[in-house]
Amino acid sequence: MPQFMDGNRAIALGAIDAGCDFFAGYPITPATSILLHLAQNLPEMSGLVLQGEDEIASMGFCIGAAMSGRRVMTATSGPGISLYSENIGLAIMGEVPLVIVDVQRMGPATGAATTGAQGDIQFLRWGTSGGYPVIVLAPTTVEECYALTIKAFDLAERFRVPVFLATDKETALTKTTTHIEREHAPRVRDRKTADLESEFVPLGIEELDEVPAMTPFGGPHKLRFTTSSHDEHGYLTKDPQALDRLNRHLAEKIEAHVEEIAMVDVDADQGSETAVLSYGISARSAKAAVREARQKGKKATLITVYSLWPVPEDAIREALKGVKTIIVPELNLGQYTREIQRLATNDQEVIGIYRVDGKLITPEEIREQGGLL
Amino acid sequence: MNTKRETYLNPDTLPFPFCPGCGHHTILEKLDQALVDLALDPKEVVIVSDIGCAGLSDRYFDTHAFHGLHGRSVTYATGIKMARPELTVIVLIGDGGFGIGGHHMLNAARRNIGVNVFVFNNLNYGMTGGEHSVTTPLEARTSTTPYGQLEQPLDIPASVGLNGANFAARTTTFDPDLANLMAQAIQHEGFSLVDIWELCTAYFVPQNRLSKAKLEQTLVKLDFDTGVLHNRQRPEFSRAYREKAVNERPREDVMEVTTLQPSFENSLSRQKSFILAGAAGAKIGTAGTLLSQGAIFSGMQATQRNDYPVTVKTGHSIAEVILSPEEITYTGVEKPDVILALFPEGLAKVRKQIKALNEEDLLILHADLPGVETAARTWRLDFRSANRWGRKKEFRAIMALGVYLRETGLYPLEAFKEAIRLTPRFAEDNLAALEASKDVEMG
Repeated sequence: MPQFMDGNRAIALGAIDAGCDFFAGYPITPATSILLHLAQNLPEMSGLVLQGEDEIASMGFCIGAAMSGRRVMTATSGPGISLYSENIGLAIMGEVPLVIVDVQRMGPATGAATTGAQGDIQFLRWGTSGGYPVIVLAPTTVEECYALTIKAFDLAERFRVPVFLATDKETALTKTTTHIEREHAPRVRDRKTADLESEFVPLGIEELDEVPAMTPFGGPHKLRFTTSSHDEHGYLTKDPQALDRLNRHLAEKIEAHVEEIAMVDVDADQGSETAVLSYGISARSAKAAVREARQKGKKATLITVYSLWPVPEDAIREALKGVKTIIVPELNLGQYTREIQRLATNDQEVIGIYRVDGKLITPEEIREQGGLL
Repeated sequence: MNTKRETYLNPDTLPFPFCPGCGHHTILEKLDQALVDLALDPKEVVIVSDIGCAGLSDRYFDTHAFHGLHGRSVTYATGIKMARPELTVIVLIGDGGFGIGGHHMLNAARRNIGVNVFVFNNLNYGMTGGEHSVTTPLEARTSTTPYGQLEQPLDIPASVGLNGANFAARTTTFDPDLANLMAQAIQHEGFSLVDIWELCTAYFVPQNRLSKAKLEQTLVKLDFDTGVLHNRQRPEFSRAYREKAVNERPREDVMEVTTLQPSFENSLSRQKSFILAGAAGAKIGTAGTLLSQGAIFSGMQATQRNDYPVTVKTGHSIAEVILSPEEITYTGVEKPDVILALFPEGLAKVRKQIKALNEEDLLILHADLPGVETAARTWRLDFRSANRWGRKKEFRAIMALGVYLRETGLYPLEAFKEAIRLTPRFAEDNLAALEASKDVEMG
């Protein structure tokens, strides 16, 4: 049964259906309405919503609550992600399950608050010191805002890592016809919790790619959480072996599971030598372009990447087999194109289509530059 | 009642790592004493430590521990206390941490969140090399004020006390009653803080020949009172929030979504886009939503994006609506099929787009607005003929859409009425205005 709503509302709804029970954030265009929807609704089902004095405090509240057993989300835009940066590092270090929505607007700095963009795509991946991996998902429609919010919670609980949902002003604030079936919302996996019988070891893992079990503050075990490089018991250490183990673990637990995280949709056209690969709002322009091209008898494959980070390399390489020209439209100056360039073979040409004037990339531009007119 | 323990310190991690004579020894010993006196369950105590020498403290306690970023400790403590109000959440922070996170401290005090803050105030940065901090007294020599401090030191208890903290006190590590004062702070509901002045024997003492006597003289000289300075009984935030805000309805009932069952026909054969160009306060966004919802009731797909200045009560208000028999992927509107220019503010914004219209397109223009050069068919609507409804600007867009739907039969007026009925609060007036739209004269 159809509904009519925008992406921010769908994200709030997804959070509720994912069992989110703590949200903290600071108002910022174009993400504010997520805070508003949740402030008005989450406490109705025993959830807590706090407006922090700034983005830094909001992230601090989220991290404290997540480590006290709550399922937590925050939402902001580019300038807010800048202020989150240090705490994103803390959430990586302390392995905090956390969903962060970035409703992208045009940067740098204050930029254009009410103008959409996709300029945070590399920033989300590399936005804190150390360079350790996070997970970034990018919905293209309002319905996917709902579904991927739930998925983001699931991955956050599974991997104990900040999971970003990268949307943009257009997806966030454009209402569309949707068919969200709340009764069929997938279940979010629960975080692995420490068993009561044995001693609790904060970094108690056998293999580097394993995700350690959690125990909340105030729970049956005493928890040590730290921002510092630590040994398995959560104590600061400079021991090279312990440091190596911790840091490789933080990378391995994500990178060894790329296939589990990978979400790439391929609408292949048999014998097509051109592929249009995109994500987020630009994937909608790509879809329209490919649809129009096929109506005109041109062959084109459409690839939509939903899990931007870690880069689903195998899935993308597989999708690009036999393709000669790869068109990558995005609302920045080529941030994801560089990832595709490094995956392309020597005989594949990658053509980026970039716009940073606040307008969406039109399907005509894609067809024109991709030889699909 | 909990069993009395001899200590809350962890024998496996002792001794403390601090310099000989450093006041941090005393503060941690007295904190241990306070916990012993209060007989708290160690599994219900969280020690949140900041950065710097004070940030080394948490590992010596056999309780929960959270060692966080510089200056942000009280924000993590707030998240923990909100999630688990029954826990005792203690923040250990230095004067450096107070400097970097003072903003959070003022807001925690104002919020009156029930965390207990102990400030290890040794008047300088003891870990990085004795640089000046926000509490370095006037004229004091530090590695970054070799000429003597020129900046006024921050009065910590005054700042949180002035802004609503339930409990604020100041003392020194030489106070024989320190453990009692700390216990009193922990027991006090709401935000509590004790500013504890002490000696940094590594830097501040040798640089300034500081002693117990000179420390106490400095307090007098600055007119900084000691003892309990603020003692209030405002409601603690995490409990007040639960009382005022939190309910326990089942998840399915929260944030219900309106569904729009298609039950009318439509005459749309291809995608069609509309621009409603109006002014702030004229319910342009609402009209765009009603147009879209009526279309969905008639089996179409719709998208709507709005544009207005950040100062929402002034200037233009534009709604872009796309209707289509099939899925709408690209939501941009390069050239609309129909423009409704109903107010001068909106007209000014869409002049270029009106110029680009061709003869198959339609311009619906308020009769009072100046004519615009265009190839499109133009309907000039005179709302004055629709008497009282026509004079109210908030009904103009709905009435113009009423005229459009009657004339074109894009979808039945009844579907538009269904959309209006979705918001009972405004339905009666909106339906009456729609009815009155049949009297609007078209030129």
